[in-house]
Amino acid sequence: MRTDVSLHTPVRPPHDAGATASGPYVQLVRPDGSRTPSSYDHWVSDVDADQLRSLYEDMVVIRRIDTEATALQRQGQLGLWPPLLGQEAAQIGSARTLRASDFVFGSYRENGVAWCRGVDPESLMRVWRGNAAAGWDPFSVNMAPTQVIIGAQALHAAGYGMGVVADGTDDAVITYFGDGATSQGDVNEAMVFAASFHTPVVFFCTNNQWAISEPVGLQAQVPIANRAPGFGIPSVRVDGNDVLAVMAVTREALDRARTGGGPSFIEAVTYRMGPHTTADDPTRYRDAAELEEWRAKDPITRIEALLRNEGLFTDEFAASVAAAADAVAAELRSSCINMPAPPALDIFAHVYAEPNSWLETQRADYERYLALYGAEGDGGTIPAKGAGANGESA
Amino acid sequence: MIKEFLLPDLGEGLTESEIVTWHVAVGDIVTLNQVIADVETAKAVVELPSPYAGTVARLHEDAGTVVEVGAPIVSFEVAGGDAGSRTGASGATAQGTAPAVFTPEEPTKRTPNLVGYGAVPEKTGRPARRRWLTDGRAAAPSAAAASMTDSVPAPAPAADPAPAAESAQPQQTAERPRSTPPVRKLARDLGIDLADISGTGPDGLIVRSDVTRAAEENTADIADVLGDAAEPNAGTRLLPPPSANMGSAGGGTPGVREERVPIAGMRKHTAAAMVASAFTAPHVTVFLTVDVTESMELLERLRGQKTFEGIKLTPLTLAAKAVCLALSRHPSLNSRWDEAAREIVQYRYVNLGIAAATPRGLMVPNVKDAQALGLRELAAAVGTLAQTARAGKTTPADLSGGTFSISNVGVFGVDAGTPILNPGEAGILALGAVRRQPWVHEGALAVRRVMTLSLSFDHRLVDGEQGARFLSDVGAVLEEPAMALAMM
Repeated sequence: MRTDVSLHTPVRPPHDAGATASGPYVQLVRPDGSRTPSSYDHWVSDVDADQLRSLYEDMVVIRRIDTEATALQRQGQLGLWPPLLGQEAAQIGSARTLRASDFVFGSYRENGVAWCRGVDPESLMRVWRGNAAAGWDPFSVNMAPTQVIIGAQALHAAGYGMGVVADGTDDAVITYFGDGATSQGDVNEAMVFAASFHTPVVFFCTNNQWAISEPVGLQAQVPIANRAPGFGIPSVRVDGNDVLAVMAVTREALDRARTGGGPSFIEAVTYRMGPHTTADDPTRYRDAAELEEWRAKDPITRIEALLRNEGLFTDEFAASVAAAADAVAAELRSSCINMPAPPALDIFAHVYAEPNSWLETQRADYERYLALYGAEGDGGTIPAKGAGANGESA
Repeated sequence: MIKEFLLPDLGEGLTESEIVTWHVAVGDIVTLNQVIADVETAKAVVELPSPYAGTVARLHEDAGTVVEVGAPIVSFEVAGGDAGSRTGASGATAQGTAPAVFTPEEPTKRTPNLVGYGAVPEKTGRPARRRWLTDGRAAAPSAAAASMTDSVPAPAPAADPAPAAESAQPQQTAERPRSTPPVRKLARDLGIDLADISGTGPDGLIVRSDVTRAAEENTADIADVLGDAAEPNAGTRLLPPPSANMGSAGGGTPGVREERVPIAGMRKHTAAAMVASAFTAPHVTVFLTVDVTESMELLERLRGQKTFEGIKLTPLTLAAKAVCLALSRHPSLNSRWDEAAREIVQYRYVNLGIAAATPRGLMVPNVKDAQALGLRELAAAVGTLAQTARAGKTTPADLSGGTFSISNVGVFGVDAGTPILNPGEAGILALGAVRRQPWVHEGALAVRRVMTLSLSFDHRLVDGEQGARFLSDVGAVLEEPAMALAMM
């Protein structure tokens, strides 16, 4: 094809559309804690003082968990940790709308969601300490294990959603992924399947502005939420640092899922205030001013301001939440460093559901190998930190 | 009780880290998770939180030291607990007797294999020697939460018999000087070639302090080339120091009449860029000599004004402003030939490059969005570029993305030249020295201050007419600064 080029050919602006946080999005509470009227208000009209306080508590606790886990990694107790600092409202606000029979497929960063599902602190640490391939029994909390493959969980959610349709229940499925994952084939394929089979899946995109060192504007020329209608999936963009707004849009999407309306897509616009993982140094690729700008929109500061505005925030309340958070952190530290190391041969235990001769051969070989070192395979332990933490980190 | 903190693997598969700063000293009381040190790994500089609450009993390593993962870095005196506990690095395990059937071998040194950096090829046919704990739980402490006596392995003991001679590690072939990525980046930012310095770390590893020392030695003699006195008087002209390699007076081996220097580093990059530019873009150079007396008077007036206090004002400042104005009228000078896309990229912004001669070679850092800056901001930005270059801290970001460049060769006392385009740019303007010369002014001969402007442009993008009009616009502003009003 020939293209006529002249000096007046307009040059496409470099990028930015996907990055903008100022575009139209659902917001119920402003950064100063004041409420702003919205057509979504009725979705959270039942959230009373106690519920607001407990939302605050969950957010403070998960941030404390995050801080402690980061410290434990620096102290050699965890192989890796993906902090969620700044994304508390997006995780807590959405997870708190789910019911027990719904199923969650999260990424590796959804530790706040796991906390809301009832995963205990020790189980949250297990994978990151390299002690297990999965930290918890997925069916005890209806949340799949930590997924380190970028975007793969969206396909699992689409498939599970097809199962829900076959079962004929009104359960819903929610899958979490980041802005970077929306460039993966998996997420796009999952949206095609979810739309074609009309599955009750909520695609929850946590747009935290950075895919490791890649700003979202490089891969999204329009807001990410704008892509979903192309798949036939209704979408909404929400202020991801406004816990009430996140609750409202998630409830709307879940309601659609439960009543036969098919999949929905939510883009929660937030910010990853910490590093991508403890092995990352964000000061190498992003501006300190940007962090400051988002610090002013901190989700916990916002709900605290809302509680204050409504006379629900007292010193005693703050102290009790802080004490509760510290207690969780202490439990987390103690259970993490005292976690028994699994037997070395455990790595063969969860590869296949049924016996497999080839795997048995490998297991026997490895057992003989370990015997060279004078230890009995089953009694031996793998080092406190194994290769379990070395997942894909794109 | 004394508890040791062993340096953990702070990234994913790292073998060592450098202690950048200690935030505590012996005798300090620390709380759990209090930041005790900044540590630089191959991936990041991170803060190290204390794993204990207690008193710092000993710092095992000085700041600036590269420490192997698993080595003790700090000992704490903590209340209670059992003696000699350790926490931190994992890896090889504790005591055990060597099995008789196994020929002991020195543990192969692990090579860092970072996620995303690809696999490290196997070096030996046999895996690293490693022993396993026989029981991870038997002696588990019940009370002390922080105690890890049983399940955290100590560093590999040196209890094995001496290795056989043939197992000695082959000397690594020195493809490039050993250092960590942050140190390599630091060196690149400072313009230091790692091949030029020798490392003081273990096995000759080049550490941060080696690079900063080399940079300090270099900055001592950086010529002040940016924006400085472009009005040389006889006698004060900047002269290069006499070369030590020339003649009989200098050093060097007597009798050697030529010297061969490897083409490397900055010289190599500059050469490649110049060849690429000269043989890709057909260069045309045009000249214009202008009377800059009014510009010089304006600069003197501005220097006296409060708003320009502390700002360095030079003919380069005015030329930079004039270039930005003229580029808005002649956008073809502010464009790029994109051969691959078969398109001409027309910039709607000006990233104005300023060529800087440093002892390490030519650098062209640029002022971003120069078109949006007022004279004061522009002067300040050029001043910052100068300071950064002098400090050797010009970053790759400063050097990339330029759209048009200025070369201030006048500071070296020359009048004109045929500058070669910074690759990818459509134009480059060289400023000659400002000289007092006889000049026809208002119909009569007068002594005026004049300067020659040399403009090279890419003839693929710019026709002679456009280049000439652009240069005469720049000249018009320098001749009569008020003309700027007519061009806004």
